[in-house]
Amino acid sequence: MLAFIAQRLAKAIVVLFAIVVLNFMLIRMAPGDPAVVMAGEAGASDQMFVNQLREKFGLDKPLPEQLFIYVKGIATLDLGFSFRQQAPVSQLIVERLPATLLLTLTAFAISLLLGILFGTLAARFAGTWLDTAVTIFSLIFYATPLFWVALMAILLFSVAVDWLPSFGYETVGANYTGLAHVLDVGAHLILPATTIGLFFMATYSRMTRASMLEVQRHDFVKTARAKGLRNAVIQRRHVLRNALLPVVTLAGLQAGTLVGGAVLTETVFAWPGIGRLMYEALLQRDYNLLLGVFVVCSAMVLAFNLITDLIYRSVDPRIEFAS
Amino acid sequence: MLKRVLLSLMVASALSTAAYAQEPKTGGMINAVIQPEPPGLMMGLVQNGPTQMVSGNIYEGLLRYSPKLEPLPGLAESWNVSEDGKTYTFKLRKGVTWHDGKPFTSADVVFSIEFLKQTHPRARSNFAQVDKIETPDDSTVIFNLKEPFGPFLGVFEVGSLPMIPKHLYEGTDFKTNPANNTPVGTGPFMFKEWQKGSFIRLVKNPNYYIKGKPNLDEIYWHVIPDAAARAVAFETGKVDVLPGGSVENFDVPRLSKLKNVCVTGAGWEFFSPHSWLWLNNRQGPTANKKFRQAVMYALDRNFAKDVIWNGLGNVATGPSGSSIKYYSSDVPKYDYDPAKAKALLKEAGYNGEKVRLLPLPYGETWQRWAEAVRQNLQDVGINVDMVATDVAGWNQRTSEWDYDIAFTYVYQYGDPALGVGRTYVSSQILKGNPFNNVEGYSNPEIDKLFADGAVAFSDSARKPFYDKAQKILVDDVPVAWLLELQFPTITRCNVKNLITTAIGVNDGFRDAWLDK
Repeated sequence: MLAFIAQRLAKAIVVLFAIVVLNFMLIRMAPGDPAVVMAGEAGASDQMFVNQLREKFGLDKPLPEQLFIYVKGIATLDLGFSFRQQAPVSQLIVERLPATLLLTLTAFAISLLLGILFGTLAARFAGTWLDTAVTIFSLIFYATPLFWVALMAILLFSVAVDWLPSFGYETVGANYTGLAHVLDVGAHLILPATTIGLFFMATYSRMTRASMLEVQRHDFVKTARAKGLRNAVIQRRHVLRNALLPVVTLAGLQAGTLVGGAVLTETVFAWPGIGRLMYEALLQRDYNLLLGVFVVCSAMVLAFNLITDLIYRSVDPRIEFAS
Repeated sequence: MLKRVLLSLMVASALSTAAYAQEPKTGGMINAVIQPEPPGLMMGLVQNGPTQMVSGNIYEGLLRYSPKLEPLPGLAESWNVSEDGKTYTFKLRKGVTWHDGKPFTSADVVFSIEFLKQTHPRARSNFAQVDKIETPDDSTVIFNLKEPFGPFLGVFEVGSLPMIPKHLYEGTDFKTNPANNTPVGTGPFMFKEWQKGSFIRLVKNPNYYIKGKPNLDEIYWHVIPDAAARAVAFETGKVDVLPGGSVENFDVPRLSKLKNVCVTGAGWEFFSPHSWLWLNNRQGPTANKKFRQAVMYALDRNFAKDVIWNGLGNVATGPSGSSIKYYSSDVPKYDYDPAKAKALLKEAGYNGEKVRLLPLPYGETWQRWAEAVRQNLQDVGINVDMVATDVAGWNQRTSEWDYDIAFTYVYQYGDPALGVGRTYVSSQILKGNPFNNVEGYSNPEIDKLFADGAVAFSDSARKPFYDKAQKILVDDVPVAWLLELQFPTITRCNVKNLITTAIGVNDGFRDAWLDK
């Protein structure tokens, strides 16, 4: 197993390097650079100001040299300096990462739990009104843009009934500690996490339903029935367990997409995570910060995929690690 | 000259009398919105809007300005101008200290100017006429100018000349000085905490030099990136102040109707944001004066004002906003007249070439405005191709002159020599700057009028130059002027005395108080 992990890590480093180079080139193809943006924001500028900024950011150097400097930095785990935020990129990401992890993992848990629950229900009662209701419910959230669901959630739960806060990570100025702080953060987390969770729930729910219906047709399920096992046990121990494999694959693949969902959701709910940091860095052409966030997100996705492979093994003991 | 100083003090006293009509209460906290999050709070290094809005509480300038743009005491308690207009003497307030307890002196003023000449493009040009600065004692600063510079008394507000502590910055690399993260000024509020992505917290300066000020204990600036979410935060009572431009225009009427909500357009007199369409004078159909005049007649600017801006602001009559000095309405008029526009297009020989229109990527209001302008132009037969960009792309295209028609708005800084001339004089045709003569208009007569207007000293001597310049420019239509913008500040009505000067919320919450 260790050899397997080592091999996957080596591959991951190559992939990460390719991502860094590709992203570096892509962002520089977009019009404008951080010096132009900052000169624009200053309300007045002159060539000296723009040149000073370009020199300060190292943007006056030839592109291959800039790439070399950047890759060299990455190799020594130095993500560089944010032009606009005037702080080391790694510091900015470390400040924001916990909030994003909290949001995306909660959303992930919500989507997975609800998705599997609804998918199981739909499969169990396939063809009935419950199946149709679950399908419609899932698809509505899948088909609706995230930011719109987010705004409607705010309108309903913050404006109309005033149950939940509409923005931020905590109640600013309240200085809660201990359990009160946990509950406060939890209250702020519910709307953004549920917004993302409901979107991703649909895919898990559909996948679980389809997969379970397929597994139910297999011979070993008939054998289990013939043995006289209770239906609930058959569903849980034989059908669901086997049906989960594609769901796990999908969950691993969607880890990256979750961060994409976080970009929109964090913006609407003013959640101070790296999704927002990425969005703002893109608008401001804050190259180092944007690339830094990409690197961290890519590393997270690669890690998720590795974890997915490991989980396969425990879900299905027939799968072995090929080294 | 004495008369001039007395007049300034009388205005100051009249303003303060008005401000104290209701006895202010002390204590309390204000929650305000800041968007976008400032890149830094050190005003000497960062000059963008959000930085000034927050840091206008931390830093101060030598002067403040009344809504009529008369100078008011700031860190300077009085000032004197010599008869020849070349010597300006400022007497600084005594007993002023920096937030770290060190005294503020005339040496800090000299240092600040040296600092800003390196980092602040506007200060660089504002102080280009200064020959030398003398400091005969700790509380006197004398500026000797090479030649008179008419607008000189108008360049001392906090955004143009924030005072920077010499003892923290002298001999250091300004850009990497650790003090940048914990800004130290002389202002009524001190920096306390900044949780990036969430909020900035300022607290009362207990040693502020005006006794009893500030009234508030603290200010929280909330960072909320989405405009709709900012409107909701105000609606649900989580924030008390939405500075101008915080929400989309279509939300303003709804928020204004809420209980205990007050709206004002005041506080923008100094900046006087003026919007127009850059028309590329160098090439294509827009190089033709008749085509440009046709664009002016084709635009239904009253529609834009009434529908897109909810009736806020005024239709611009020409290059100067009506609240800045030497504004003249005695210029050719361009009422909405599509028939006249069509006739002019015919005269111009326009043959339906495609014209690229670049909207300003500042949100939904600007997008809608661009669509309305496109429709106006299409109605008279102009073939418009709308080009979508983001802020970086817009900056890049305008500053590299890669457009035919482009939306913009620009601050005018109270005086045509500071904020108007730069758009029209040929010495400002320089790539790499989206705020100079981007359209490429060149007219030696205009160059001379702005040059003479800047160095003439008295108001009566300066006005004729600008009257004439406005007439010529409005006839030539180097750009198509749209609206004098007004960004409404929306507050709870129990937030009192928030806006007292010509830069409004940007001048800090020194006088604000909460009626509990």
